[in-house]
Amino acid sequence: MNTELTGVVVTFLITVLLAFPLGRYIARVFRGDRTITDFMNPVERFIFRISGIDPTKRMNWKEFLKAMLTINMLWFVYAFFLLLFQDKLPLNPDGNPGQTPDLAFNTAISFLVNCDLQHYSGESGATYLTQLFVMNFLMFVSAATGIAALVGVLNGLKEKTTNNLGNFWSIFTKTITRLLLPLSIVVALLLVFNGTPASFDGKDTITTLQGDTVQVSRGPAAGMIAIKHIGTNGGGWFGANSAHPLENPNYFTNMVELVAQMIIPIAMIFALGFYINRRKFAYVIFGVMTIGMLCLLIPTINWEVNGSPAIAQLGVAQPTGAMEGKEVRFGPASSGFWSIVTTIISTGSVNSMHDSSMPLSGMMQMLGMMINAFYGGCGVGILNYLIYVIIAVFIAGLMVGRTPEFMGHKVEAREVKIAAIVTLFSAFLLKAGVALAAYFVAHHPEAAWAVRPGNWLNNPGYHGFSEMLYEFTSANANNGSGFEGLGDNNIFWNLSTGIVLILSRFIPIIGPIAIVGLLANKKFIPESPGTLRTDSVTFGMMTFAVIIIINALSFFPALTLGPIAEYFSM
Amino acid sequence: MKKYILPALKLTVVMIVLLALVYPALIAAVGKAAPGAGKGETVVVNGKVVGYALIGQKFTDDKYFQGRPSAVDYNAAGSAGSNKGPSNPDYLKVVQERIDSFLVHNPGVKKEEIPAELVTASGSGLDPDLSPAAAKIQVKRIAAIRKLDEAKLTALVEQHIQKPFLGLMGPAKVNVLKLNVALDKLP
Repeated sequence: MNTELTGVVVTFLITVLLAFPLGRYIARVFRGDRTITDFMNPVERFIFRISGIDPTKRMNWKEFLKAMLTINMLWFVYAFFLLLFQDKLPLNPDGNPGQTPDLAFNTAISFLVNCDLQHYSGESGATYLTQLFVMNFLMFVSAATGIAALVGVLNGLKEKTTNNLGNFWSIFTKTITRLLLPLSIVVALLLVFNGTPASFDGKDTITTLQGDTVQVSRGPAAGMIAIKHIGTNGGGWFGANSAHPLENPNYFTNMVELVAQMIIPIAMIFALGFYINRRKFAYVIFGVMTIGMLCLLIPTINWEVNGSPAIAQLGVAQPTGAMEGKEVRFGPASSGFWSIVTTIISTGSVNSMHDSSMPLSGMMQMLGMMINAFYGGCGVGILNYLIYVIIAVFIAGLMVGRTPEFMGHKVEAREVKIAAIVTLFSAFLLKAGVALAAYFVAHHPEAAWAVRPGNWLNNPGYHGFSEMLYEFTSANANNGSGFEGLGDNNIFWNLSTGIVLILSRFIPIIGPIAIVGLLANKKFIPESPGTLRTDSVTFGMMTFAVIIIINALSFFPALTLGPIAEYFSM
Repeated sequence: MKKYILPALKLTVVMIVLLALVYPALIAAVGKAAPGAGKGETVVVNGKVVGYALIGQKFTDDKYFQGRPSAVDYNAAGSAGSNKGPSNPDYLKVVQERIDSFLVHNPGVKKEEIPAELVTASGSGLDPDLSPAAAKIQVKRIAAIRKLDEAKLTALVEQHIQKPFLGLMGPAKVNVLKLNVALDKLP
């Protein structure tokens, strides 16, 4: 095996090996058992005391949601105004301007919902203050929101019959103090000692060896880059994200950042098994998700390593594969690996430019986001998967002619309706957005927006359509990566993706919490020989089939117009 | 909603202090012990800073090893890739022009020997590296201009090859700036 493939395999194995004990640790933290981070106890007590929070107060699913949505709303208002007036606030050594209202709206929402679409470039569109107090801050709290939502759901599944999902404030705070902050500190230090800047110095001006004068952007980037991966956020300090040599200096940091973005989503699966004491259920989920990832990953690496057929026709050699938009220090295998990891896991950071990926690699990236449940983002990946599980339970129940059950509770019309709405609404949002964008490009290319629709697309033909499809797919999956050729900093894209972002974040969180809130209230039915077992391999395959069928039916036509058509035209 | 606003507000303030003040300050403080003191590691020649070790820079002069094409012209106040799709005809025209230009500047090199990375733009526009093959293919040109022995130059490139991580993982590479600094020092 060559060194590039070895790098990919080793990175994945290290992640799983670390994720298993981390999962056990996460379960212990939320169960309230003794852990090695108990030295944080006084800090947490202090936080609760000055915030006037009683961490032992139980919350039912409605109270849980109210607490979560209230604090999220506050963060949005706070972030919006900071971005709007960033030019007048301190810590702006490069003298960058304030964001326009539509851009500030998009940026605030985007970071609030753990997506990090960036319609600006970090070097010129944000200040050190907003990078730290808005982006970096929201990266922590949005990841913690997702994890808290999942833990709430697990609390509902853990007990036979309960209306207690736990205390949102307490789960949220512990997620930060016990999980996100310690891991981020470790990753940030690894980055700093490999060359990522961390100081508050502004741009430097240098004269190059050849005699040109060049400015070099810097800043306290390491901490943000750490949480951008640990929290599966993905927003870069620099415009080029983790392709930037200061954001991702070498192959080692590349591995660190890959492990960092995969570790919590995978650990949460194991944590689920330990926490609700259904380990086999967790291993089946892990198996299904891993097989799903491999189905997307293996062909992508193959295409990228083999290089571009169009470049091959020009007669040059491609010993290092398709290199447009890629960095030499990562190579095509690790770039292909990253492009799939970051799209299945809703991170959305990039170490190569996805716009320049081979056509079908681009399709795999989009499929990763459309499915959005092969590992998935911090906490929310499993919530998305549970929606598929509910649908699979329902269909399987119909097939064998029994009332569907999940975790000892009857699944009835109300729960199935919620699951169906969550799934279908997401497909609707995505496609309606793309349709609207395509309409403006085709019929109103001269509309007087900051970027005219006629100039939105950086590439003609099928690939241009893919750029729009990718943008809404990314917004809808709360992913944040992009086909960045798209001219997206204008009122249409800022508003439309902003609205999609907020709906596609909170509906898939509210849905599962409501479902579990309703389920947990019902009478517990002990398992009998007639129960459909949800922790069997057969049921895993059933869920996998449901995932494939739903997504193929929803998205295949759109994919045909973009990447598939481009592939056949080359 | 009302009974949630006050705790939410207070918790937010506490978290801002912890996550936006204490956390970055801690990393910056420890970063002072890192190479380059957390400001980015520089390359110094004769007491003068000529660049950042990790940031690629523009070499247009034929007497230097040249890095990859850049969508931002190596202006490190920004960063970006070209974002050109693989089937874009205008883009393929640009690549063709780069190939033609490379052949003019490197007499004796055959088209099928040119590694694609030398005619395609990097992801960041600031790629500091080349693969060993992409550096070696420029040896003939530089040797002719600088009137140096080709074998000596090839040896210099070999010396500057950074092996895969732990010798096992990832690609081998050559840092273009460091190679050129060493090239200038050759007698």
